Order: sequence, then C-alpha cells, then structure tokens
Amino acid sequence: MTKILVVAEQQAGQLKRSTLAAITLARQIGGAFDIVAVGEGLGAVADGLQGYGADTIFTVDGAAYANYLAQPYKAAIVAAATETGAEYVIAPAGTFGKDVMPRVAAALGAGMVADCTALVDAAAKTFKRPMYAGNVLATVRSNTAKTVISVRVADFDSAEKSGGTSAVKALTAGDGGNGARFVDFDITESERPELTEADVVVSGGRGLKDGETFWKTMNPVADAFGAAIGATRAVVDAWEEVPNDMQVGQTGKVVAPKLYIAIAISGAIQHLAGMKNSKTIVAINKDPDAPIFQVADYGLVADAFKVLPDLVEKVKQARA
Amino acid sequence: MKVLVAFKRVIDPDARIKLTADKSAVDESSVEYKANPFCENALEEAIRIGDDHDAEVVLVTLGSEDSTQQIRAGLAMGAARAIRVDIEDKALDSDLAARILAEIWKREKPDIFLFGKQAIDGDNNQTPQLVAEYLGLPQACFASKVEIDEDAGEVTVTREVDGGLETIALKMPAIISADLRLNTPRYAKLPDIMKAKRKTIEELEVDELGITDLGMKIEVISLEDPPKRTAGVIVASVDELVSKLKNEARVL
Repeated sequence: MTKILVVAEQQAGQLKRSTLAAITLARQIGGAFDIVAVGEGLGAVADGLQGYGADTIFTVDGAAYANYLAQPYKAAIVAAATETGAEYVIAPAGTFGKDVMPRVAAALGAGMVADCTALVDAAAKTFKRPMYAGNVLATVRSNTAKTVISVRVADFDSAEKSGGTSAVKALTAGDGGNGARFVDFDITESERPELTEADVVVSGGRGLKDGETFWKTMNPVADAFGAAIGATRAVVDAWEEVPNDMQVGQTGKVVAPKLYIAIAISGAIQHLAGMKNSKTIVAINKDPDAPIFQVADYGLVADAFKVLPDLVEKVKQARA
Repeated sequence: MKVLVAFKRVIDPDARIKLTADKSAVDESSVEYKANPFCENALEEAIRIGDDHDAEVVLVTLGSEDSTQQIRAGLAMGAARAIRVDIEDKALDSDLAARILAEIWKREKPDIFLFGKQAIDGDNNQTPQLVAEYLGLPQACFASKVEIDEDAGEVTVTREVDGGLETIALKMPAIISADLRLNTPRYAKLPDIMKAKRKTIEELEVDELGITDLGMKIEVISLEDPPKRTAGVIVASVDELVSKLKNEARVL
C-alpha cells in the first residue's frame, strides 16, 4: 500500500488551513497517510489534525523548531519520512513549503513536483502543474521511488473530517547541520481574513495612483465586502506601503475565492495566473479594452475613484 | 570575498506564450529571449556586494551557446567573468541543474551564491534550495534585503514570507534567492557593454564537472493550454453590478 506523509503547516502553534489541501491530494493518491508537524508547543496543532484519517500524527517539538529555519525543519520532516518509508511527501505550496520541500527532496533523493494543481494518474506518478505564469499546463512524471509534492492550495478543496483517532507520536531529529539563526519576524498586522483563505478578495492595481491612495481606496471596499486585500505585482513593486505578501499572481499568491474584485487592474498574464480560478470575477476599470474584462464575469467600465463610494454604500445595504 | 550568481536565459516574460500546433512544446518561432528577471535582481545585488565589499562577481549560466547574449548583458551590468555549462535547457530539471551548480560552487568556493527565486519559464522555485541541501549550506530564499558582516562571517537576510517579513542570519558560505523587491536592476551603460565584450566566458561540458548521471527526476511529458475563462457581461451601473452579485452570482 502506498505510504504518504503530509507535512502540516503551522504558525505560532496554530494549524494553518492550507494543510487540508495537502490532505486532499494524499486521499486522492490513495493508500495510507501520516502527518508530521514541526514546531515548538504543538499540542493544539496535533489536536487540530485529529479526525482526518491519518494513521499517525508525528510531532517534532522543541526549542530548535520555535521559529522556522530551513535546515532544522528539513531534518524533522526527513526523520518522519524515514520512519514511515513514505513514497510521497506532500506539503502546501506557501512560502514555507516552497522553502523547505526542495531540501527534503534532495535529502531523500526524490524528485519534486512544485505547485501541483491536480493528480493525473497515481500509478503512473503523473501530476499537473502550471508553467510560464500559468500560460501552459504541464503534465509531469516523477521518475524517482520517492516523490515530494507541494500543492497549490487554491486548486484543492480543504479536506473534511472523516472521523477516527490518529495515534500521536513524538519524534526527535537533529538541526540538519543548521547554519542559520532566527533574528526577527515582522508580522503583517491585519484584522482582515488571510488572502489565500478569504471568501472575497478585492485587489487593486496601478490605476490607484500611489500607495497612500491605494489604502484609502481599498480599505472601505474591503470593509464593505468583508474581504481580504490583494494587489498586483506592479503595485507591490512600485509602492512601498503595499507589502509583497499581498501580491496576487504567478510570482506571488494564487487565490481562488468565491468573489474576486479587480479594481483598476489591467489584467497582465502574470496577475491572471494568480486569480483566474476564482468563482466569480468582477472587474472595474476605465479602459474598456483592458484584458481583465476578458476573464471577468461582470465588468464595469468606469473610473474606480468615482464609482467605489457608491458601490461601498450599495454593498453595505445589500449585506445588511 | 567572492559572489557567484546563477543567471538564466528565458523567453521574454512579456511575450505571449502559446503552444505549437501539435502541443509538444512552447512555440519559440517568434519570441525574444531575455535574462530571467529574478536573476537580474540577484546579479544587481551581487554587484552591489562587490562594490561594498571588494568582492569578485562571477556569473554562471547553464545553457546552449544561444545564452551568450544574455551572459554578455550580465557582464555589461558588472559581473567580472562568466562560466557557461553547455547543456540544453530541455535536458535539465531543477534537480540536475542544482547538481551541476553545486559542482560549480565547489570549483569557485564563493562566500555567497545568489539566485533568482524562480525562473519565469518553469516556475519551479527549487534550484537554490536544492543546491543548498546538496552542499549542506544555509539558505535564505525570497530575499528583500541583504546585509553582510564580514567580520562575523555572517549575512543577514530579510525574507518576504506569508504573513510578514522574516529576518535570519546565515553563516557564510550561504545560498540566497532574490525576490523582486530586493533592488532595481541597473541598465548597462554603453562603455560597459563594450567592455563586456572583452570579459571571459569560460565554457564547460557537464562531464568535465564529474557528473555522469544526467537523468531527470521530474520529466515534462505533455503540455496543454490552460482552461479558458470566457468573458461575461459588461454592466452599465453600480446598481446593476450589485443586483447581479446578489441575485445571479449569489455572492452577497
């Protein structure tokens, strides 16, 4: 039977929902799966992983893992993969998975399928993944006995609980020859939902003039919809007030919310790759020829600054 | 000090990408080639480190002779010399590229090996991390700020990660991958372009590096166009938009 290891993503002792997308791919491949969580103080994370059908939840818990560093985390994941003899090691493709999983692959002698969007054939070990900023969809085959996969979270449903109890087992691992030291984590403070998990995302483009105007314009819209705020690559590149972790696109985050509202965004291919799987897309742009209208379900050709106050009021009324 | 920079030739990131009629490959008949944008961020940072710390900047490309134009552009930006390992891009996966680049690291022994965080063709975002693991070196990916303390033998890197900015300090030698906010790559000046023509490009074959296993761990077996999304309707007013969102899409 195929043995799979799912790598849980956690931040400060809180399980991240992205983990559930990795569990979904594990279930699709089939066979038995275990989960490994790495960090310090993993009690709540291990509890949160109960009920999804894992045989064993491995915890690698200790001060050496208090903050993410590639080498210690790699050593911990490899310890679990070695313990179970996993043929697949699967993690969500956030910055955590992108950073650590190639090292896990190299340590295991495995090939790595990055940003997997679908399983094609488990027996043939074939998977789909985007290339060229999402302009090409490739089917790739793993030629190695062990395969590491990072899953694009927006392309997989979050796994539902299936019942049952998983055994919890603590593992120890070294520091992986660690040559790095944690200095600081400057958290982006936000009361809004996380970009990749939000039901509604409103994103702004270069049409919003400057960084200050960006926030002044986007905040009321996000409040009205209860949305997360995203931005184009051009915006985060040009305006320091808009952090790079808000970037939606091939080189930033890939989102697939129920509703995506593109404001003053022209629709560069780079950006479309990050949002075109959204269920409903709204575009507001004063240029009727903007490519964003070619993917939008509803387009409004208008100056965003002029129509947004009205939209905010009407949406508040509709949601009241 | 010495800084090594991986530098890749890619299809123009602004080109319209389409597949050939038989869907076997990306249609390259009428596209231009450029240096990978993230590699330009990496090279720019290397040149700045070179200026501030009197470091030699060496550029390495894995590619066919066609890559020479991009290598010359990199030399014109300010790299002192270049190495080209002669291998077709199609013959490489991230892992083989990493194994070759690890051998180049062993020949050059740089204090810092800089990469772009990903190449905009394959979008794999793996090679720097793989090189780091093969060499047992610390890594800092998605860098937006790099500061070197030569006396401490450390490089402090701010990383753009989900949820904020993480700062870590790495013992050198170290591997760093550049994100787009690290810097703004310079344009080469004409005298530098002329000078670059006289700089050395060392050419190497893969077997000279002692690599005998040319197998790919991950192989692309077919390509297809992504599913198309069709354009919807243009609404006339905010009222119509809100009504559609509420009654038709049912998302309010």
